[in-house]
Amino acid sequence: MIDGVIPPWAVLLAAAALLPFTRGAVRSLLLVAAPLFALGLVWDVPDGPVIAFDWLGNHVVLLAGDRLSRLFGTVFTIMAFAGGLYSINQKSTAELSAAFAYAGAAVGVVFAGDLITVFVFWEIMAIASSLVIFSAGRHAYKSAMRYAIIHFFGGVLLMAGIVGEITTTGSTAFVSMSPDTLPRVLIFLGFLVNVGAPPLSAWLPDAYPESSWSGMVFLSAFTTKTAVFVLLKGFPGTEILIPIGLYMVFYGIIYAILENDVRRILAYSIVNQVGFMVTGIGIGSEMALNGAAAHAFAHIIYKALLLMSAGSVYYMTGKRKCTEVGGLFRTMPVTTICGIVGALAISAFPATSGFVSKSMISQSAADAHLAIVWFLLAAASAGVFLHAGIKFPWFVFFQKDSGLRPDDPPWNMRLAMWFLSALCIGFGLYPAPLYAILPFPTDYLPYTPAHVVYQLQLLLFSGLAFLILLNQLRRTETISLDIDWFWRRFGRAMRIEFHGWSAVAWYGIAERTVRGAGRVMSALYRHHGPQGVLARTWPTGAMALWTAVLLAAYLLIYFL
Amino acid sequence: MILDHLPIIQVIVPLFGALLCALTRSGKVAWVIAAIVSLLMPLVAIGLLQQVLSQGVVSYAIGGWLPPVGIEYRVDLLNVFVLLVVSIVGAVMIPFAARSVAAEIPEHKQSWFYSMYLLCMCGLLGITITGDAFNAFVFLEVSSLATYTLIALGSDRRALIASYQYLIVGTIGATFYIIGVGILLTVTGTLNMVDIADKLGDIGQTRPVLAALAFIIVGISLKLALFPLHVWLPNAYAYAPSFATSFLAATATKVAVYLFVRFVFGVFGTGIEFGSFAVADVLLVLSIFAMFGASIVAVFENNIKRALAYSSVSQIGYMTLGIALGNLTGLTGGLVHLFNHALIKGGLFMAVGAVAYRTGTARINELGGIGRRMPWTMAAFTIAGMAIIGVPGTVGFISKYLLAVASFEQGYWWLPFLIVLSSLIAVLYIGRIVEVAWFREPTGAVATATEAPLSMLIPIWILALACVLFGLDTEFSAGLAERAAAFMMGAGG
Repeated sequence: MIDGVIPPWAVLLAAAALLPFTRGAVRSLLLVAAPLFALGLVWDVPDGPVIAFDWLGNHVVLLAGDRLSRLFGTVFTIMAFAGGLYSINQKSTAELSAAFAYAGAAVGVVFAGDLITVFVFWEIMAIASSLVIFSAGRHAYKSAMRYAIIHFFGGVLLMAGIVGEITTTGSTAFVSMSPDTLPRVLIFLGFLVNVGAPPLSAWLPDAYPESSWSGMVFLSAFTTKTAVFVLLKGFPGTEILIPIGLYMVFYGIIYAILENDVRRILAYSIVNQVGFMVTGIGIGSEMALNGAAAHAFAHIIYKALLLMSAGSVYYMTGKRKCTEVGGLFRTMPVTTICGIVGALAISAFPATSGFVSKSMISQSAADAHLAIVWFLLAAASAGVFLHAGIKFPWFVFFQKDSGLRPDDPPWNMRLAMWFLSALCIGFGLYPAPLYAILPFPTDYLPYTPAHVVYQLQLLLFSGLAFLILLNQLRRTETISLDIDWFWRRFGRAMRIEFHGWSAVAWYGIAERTVRGAGRVMSALYRHHGPQGVLARTWPTGAMALWTAVLLAAYLLIYFL
Repeated sequence: MILDHLPIIQVIVPLFGALLCALTRSGKVAWVIAAIVSLLMPLVAIGLLQQVLSQGVVSYAIGGWLPPVGIEYRVDLLNVFVLLVVSIVGAVMIPFAARSVAAEIPEHKQSWFYSMYLLCMCGLLGITITGDAFNAFVFLEVSSLATYTLIALGSDRRALIASYQYLIVGTIGATFYIIGVGILLTVTGTLNMVDIADKLGDIGQTRPVLAALAFIIVGISLKLALFPLHVWLPNAYAYAPSFATSFLAATATKVAVYLFVRFVFGVFGTGIEFGSFAVADVLLVLSIFAMFGASIVAVFENNIKRALAYSSVSQIGYMTLGIALGNLTGLTGGLVHLFNHALIKGGLFMAVGAVAYRTGTARINELGGIGRRMPWTMAAFTIAGMAIIGVPGTVGFISKYLLAVASFEQGYWWLPFLIVLSSLIAVLYIGRIVEVAWFREPTGAVATATEAPLSMLIPIWILALACVLFGLDTEFSAGLAERAAAFMMGAGG
């Protein structure tokens, strides 16, 4: 396009558009080649605005680069590559097409130079990710609808905020700001919806596990991390983010420990990990922001690895619950090893990528003399090891023998897992390349004796705790009730009343905000439903009456 | 030389076309006549656009009687914009008519149908082009009478009642309008709109003028289906033949919105500042009621045509909202939405018409899985549906964005919220149809349905693609609308 720079997202969106028309080897090639091409393009984007034009009197910067956007662009395209490789066996081309559009839109957000572009890609992302969940099949429709509604709601906040921002400041620029004016508060809230902040955190574990074995790999990478990106870019150092982040950290841990469904455990752990990043953004020092960015980078890779491992089990056995699987290490050695690598990385075990990124956030809390934050993060690190580091591999691959003897998944899925495992360990042993592309220059040394010993102690003791508590933690056939239970319960009640899924989604939200919304809604239905006064065919006389009323009203107003 | 007479050609050709159609007995011949006229109209409108762009306002004296004594056709930036909308919509839709009308209307009535269609078009173009308040009334009646007939030709028996109701209510509206014009004539002694505006500038805000304003505004509000005067619309659109619904939904209410803008800003605007009288506040409140009330009804409605008709009422709310905001951006937004909504609703109603053509029903509960049998039709429906929701990259986004900006400029910071919130309701009623169409197993009549014929698909897709095209390139729609709005605001002083 301009100066020969092709936007990286254009490649992914083009691939998404082409996928439905391809099959066989061409399709497989497209799935791995397009992201690699996009990855190359990410590093071609120079600093500053590249593609800009005027639209409706606003300055729109469709493509702009900086260090932060290249960092996220890199990991997003790597992720799209690994995901594409992993999901060659996915029969639903619709899902892959949606997933690539989703990845493209996420890359679009990180290279957006103004708020309007952010919003446009934000909405494409919301639609495409909903479609990814939709394509998992009938059982996912309701979750997908709830997911879509929540994200459209976030879009409403964002749009209102952006329009207000443009009107009040006269500029579309996406710059670092703080939530001090109403439009900025709205933008901030719009971002928080996607990051999985309370009180709407439940959309994530509600929707993601319903997607297909390959869909969740994509889902885990983009939505929350683009939200982390926009918070990093737009609201660094906003203090309210510290308690929000800490809430998310513990929310994730507690529910993950209680949960039985493997993929739901991992979904809760996304909230938990994103909580670390949000806390880092809230602390706001250079070290903390670096840490949040690095942690997002590392997290995308190891979480995708964990989900690929869990997805392989789901793909080969069709089982999702801890209680239904176990002892799979005998026949699925590759899946087991890669799952353990991911589990170690998420627990920030030394020599993995999680260690080199997460310790930056803790260190920045210490540097900022935020003692309580530091202690809570330390406690949470132990909790992460408990729920994701040990619990996931232990119950899935070891523990009692479930009698299942599935093979390892096909070669491409194994290759994708090996690739991500290599990245996890590679960045853990040799973090310099990662540190070199962080937004701020850093001379941080992760491997000091104190750090390593501290982290090992932490992990050792929580491992001990796991052994002692093993009996209590042994998974039973439980379904943990999250807040989303209320939406679903309420949804069911409304469905019986109104037999239409739109009612489920719409009223589901209403319930969360308004007590006794049932009464409001039945009133609404009474007035707007097919027999309601607004939908009935009025007698002609009534229409004439209304006309007269309106005329009288106007005349009266003028007379006064 | 013929170029000098374009204003009259724009109106007289459909009139004679209607006459010719009435003389033939064959539906096919009538369709050919209608098609020739419909395809000619955009060319005339584009010719007029070029004249307006190059030489400013085009004034044409009918029969050589100079205004203000004679009837003047007066083409400026505002009405050439509406002329384009009406004529282009007609041209795009006419191929659709061939099959749809042949299937829904008995053979011996088809030529009458086309005759009425052309008469309706003649009336709509006439209202738009004329610069004479009484002449506008005549054309209003021409188009209305033709519309009543078009609706009554619907195969559903309820079409008769719907048409009758519209006849009563429409006549009340026209009467109110003519009462208002009568008062203006007494006060100013002229019927020419520009002349009235000049004289009102001297007279100012007297009681008779305000009474005239009230009568005219309520009269036009009835024609444009402003909430709560919209009740004639859903049934009329639901039971009329598919082609008539598509054409009327895309044009009729738009022309009424135009007339509203013309009177509020062009005629009364000189004497009375719009914001200073209560029309704006009342209109604002009613628009918001329309945006929510009518959309929520659409969510629960089972008949897709009726649901879309209610959606039209709510979309008209956006247009009147733009007018009510009363600033440049708001009026631009309102006018752009006039254009955009014509594309969107035309596409949606034609898609439903194509579905009805193949399956014989437009009820949601009978159309499960229709997307799998008619993928192209429903794909276009989905695109147009996204446009009505206001997804970025479609025309709906442009309108809503402009309206949101206008609300902020006016200091109504809460209004953008309501605008986007009401779009969420559109997500529900469109999403519900999309879900049924794509994610259910085909049953019943749907199971044996096949894709719509090309003569239907092409018009549907032209409008669906236009929804995307004009959502990306705003130069034509928003650019022209903004100039038209600036022209009107300037005229209003």
